[in-house]
Amino acid sequence: MTQSVVVQVGQCGNQVGCRFWDLALREHAHVNKVGAHVRPVQLGGGACYVGGRIQHLKARAVLIDMEEGVVHGILQGPLREVFDSAQLLTDVSGSGNNWAVGNLTYGSAYRDSIVNKLRKAAEHCDCLQCFFLIHSMGGGTGSGLGTRVLSLLEEEFPDVCRIVTAMYPSAEDDVITSPYNSVLAMRELTEHADCVLPVENQSLVDIVNKISLMSHNAKPGCVLKKESTVTSGQGGVSPTERPFDAMNNIVANLLLNITSSSRFEGSLNMDLNEIAMNLVPFPRLHYLVPSLTPLYTLADVNIPTRRLDQMFSDAFSKEHQLIRADPKHSLYLACALMVRGNVQVSDLRRNIERLRPSLPFVSWNQEGWKTGLCSVPPVGHTHSLLALANNTCVKPTFMELRERFTKLYKKKAHLHHYLHIDGMEQSAFSESLSSLSALIEEYHHLDATKARLIPDAPRLSIAR
Amino acid sequence: MSVVTVQLGQCGNQVGQELFDVICSDARDVHRKTYSTVSCERFFRETTQGDLEARAVLIDMEPKVINHSMSKAAKSGRWRYGETSHFSQKQGSGNNWANGYCVHGPRHRDAVEELMRREVEHCDMLAGFIPIMSVAGGTGSGVGTFVTQCLRDIYPSSFVLNHLTWPYGTGEVIVQNYNSVLTLAHLYQLSDAILVHENDIVHKICSQLLKIKQISFSDINRVIAHQLGGVLQPTLTPASCGAYSRHPVGIDWQVCPPPASAGRSRSLSAGSFNTSLANLLILRGKDVYSAETGGFEDSAIYTSWLPPDEALSLWKSPVPFNKYEKSATLVSNSQALLRPLDDMVRKAWNMFASRAYIHQYVKFGISEEDFLDSFTSLEQVISSYSELQ
Repeated sequence: MTQSVVVQVGQCGNQVGCRFWDLALREHAHVNKVGAHVRPVQLGGGACYVGGRIQHLKARAVLIDMEEGVVHGILQGPLREVFDSAQLLTDVSGSGNNWAVGNLTYGSAYRDSIVNKLRKAAEHCDCLQCFFLIHSMGGGTGSGLGTRVLSLLEEEFPDVCRIVTAMYPSAEDDVITSPYNSVLAMRELTEHADCVLPVENQSLVDIVNKISLMSHNAKPGCVLKKESTVTSGQGGVSPTERPFDAMNNIVANLLLNITSSSRFEGSLNMDLNEIAMNLVPFPRLHYLVPSLTPLYTLADVNIPTRRLDQMFSDAFSKEHQLIRADPKHSLYLACALMVRGNVQVSDLRRNIERLRPSLPFVSWNQEGWKTGLCSVPPVGHTHSLLALANNTCVKPTFMELRERFTKLYKKKAHLHHYLHIDGMEQSAFSESLSSLSALIEEYHHLDATKARLIPDAPRLSIAR
Repeated sequence: MSVVTVQLGQCGNQVGQELFDVICSDARDVHRKTYSTVSCERFFRETTQGDLEARAVLIDMEPKVINHSMSKAAKSGRWRYGETSHFSQKQGSGNNWANGYCVHGPRHRDAVEELMRREVEHCDMLAGFIPIMSVAGGTGSGVGTFVTQCLRDIYPSSFVLNHLTWPYGTGEVIVQNYNSVLTLAHLYQLSDAILVHENDIVHKICSQLLKIKQISFSDINRVIAHQLGGVLQPTLTPASCGAYSRHPVGIDWQVCPPPASAGRSRSLSAGSFNTSLANLLILRGKDVYSAETGGFEDSAIYTSWLPPDEALSLWKSPVPFNKYEKSATLVSNSQALLRPLDDMVRKAWNMFASRAYIHQYVKFGISEEDFLDSFTSLEQVISSYSELQ
């Protein structure tokens, strides 16, 4: 039985993390009620179920923020039982949207404290398999301190997988220096993370809008299921939905689905270490496009198989992706499908065969699918599908980011805020830019193979 | 004589449980006492309370599947696994052959060998071992290969028959071709015989012959178990003189081809017939003694340098197997696996040419050199089989 530890850094990281714990508890309470075989200790320690409510469940988490507001809000809220004050690290003044402050100033000041808290969390684990890091890219704490934590994790726990859920800012982001923060952070992610799940705010906004459009325009009799963990925080521990909750819910569901095979039974298990193994053919190309379906359930009855097949089609539609990209017109390096619910291998095979012809795969990985079947669906759904694609379609996203960075950097705009921080050199900027360019180049190189017809590599000839 | 089954990884443990289930119902349902006794002795041992315990060692690097198989067996009420016959860790092999072979295997060698020894001690006479595993993942393939090696070292006079499940061609695991190539190349040196089931083919059986609509892995595993049971259950062989043969697998394929001569072309042209090296036909149930099997002795099926009467083995059992009034099982050492094997090597080689995923294997202890050795080995196998005429 393996465990994972969630490390949430910064305002965004903690808000998403909070939604995640809320949903995870709900999922386990629900599953326990229906008697499915489950081990809650994967995400929390020492569970004790009393009449459906979970008591004494402690989250395996470390919460870090350089402002107090969000974390203290958590401690006042209904999730307060789930966290121990020893798991928290806060300061008061925030990072001023400055990566250097987060990474260098706070990174040094709190290094030992952070390492201690991580160790404590790890010690409570029988067999620690993975660290989930959640933070935004555009700010100062999540981006700067978050990536510092990432490199600390690599130093202190080199054998434990590091999966980062990173929230990328949209072009219209109101933090002017978000391109700087993002590119500085990207270099760290490229070098120290095993896998990165990039999530774009704009995609989440689009998805949330789509859901609310669905519920307003729904035919009479078709109602969004209230218990769905995807659409609704209702029924959870936190009573009201705050702004961004709907968006954060979606990201939280991403994490729930990724860990489902480690927590519940299935006929084809997909462990977290298998995800990194199968989806990362070259060490730096570890940015995986997540796509989640269904995003809502209608309460009316549909023909099961048609709905199932529709779910697979949806996973490959742009509307279900958590970043804005076009995988079907780029190149797939690898693709993982994590299915939950009453879905059998024949359903999986049928859909892969059906969808495969329209998806361009790199020449040396024509059948590059990693599949997992977990028997327990998310609350409120009969089945769900999480697709993780290692696809060159992230290249335009990174190129856009580089452009926004360069626009500022050319004029040396706001640089002094960074350079006057102790330990911050201008070389950090140029090196991060090079790292990003090199990454884009690697994707470009693979893209170029798309148009060419690559023959089979000549086989070894055997002496007779 | 007894056989110790070693179930490795998720596939091995799932298939193994179905296999014992089939064997147990077959052995217990028939009203032929000798058949029943031989079968039970071969695969089970009786506890002091009269319960049947499988002669099996269950190995996995994570506990969920073993727990599931053990409880499923116990629920059957007819047989179960020994309480202490299993070994698991907390974290799997991550679909990485090198992690299984270089790290988990050696790390847990002593514990696993101890389990084997205990199971072997329960056997009055040990015939050999049947490791059951898949080739696509990390534990079945990597740990399975390591364990096979250990068995070979410690029990040199017992047979080792590996049962392998090959994955769907369109992928269950992205690096499945690497894992398969590494496994097969090693097993080729270690194993006495390798029995193969391909998920694609078994899937077709489920959909086209059994007409199952929504095929699950349970369905697949039950077909595999049925076929495997059909091979391993007691039979009367020409050599066993009217009694059930003591050896469940007496396949002697230690044939030596004549030296290669010029002019043989190495091609997998579609027109060529599937040439067999040797075939084993097992008939069970009604009318076995009057069945017409002449077609299997046609010399056109076999290589020119092996006479059909040596190449064909015919075993019979008048006892109906697994509720089928009549059944026939064919185990064939032929070119049938050539195409799938070649496809697997071709895909793995293409991936290797780009060096994709190699860093994942190297970090656990194998080198590009090891990969090349495995490819070379399998190209030789492909070459040998292609040239059968």
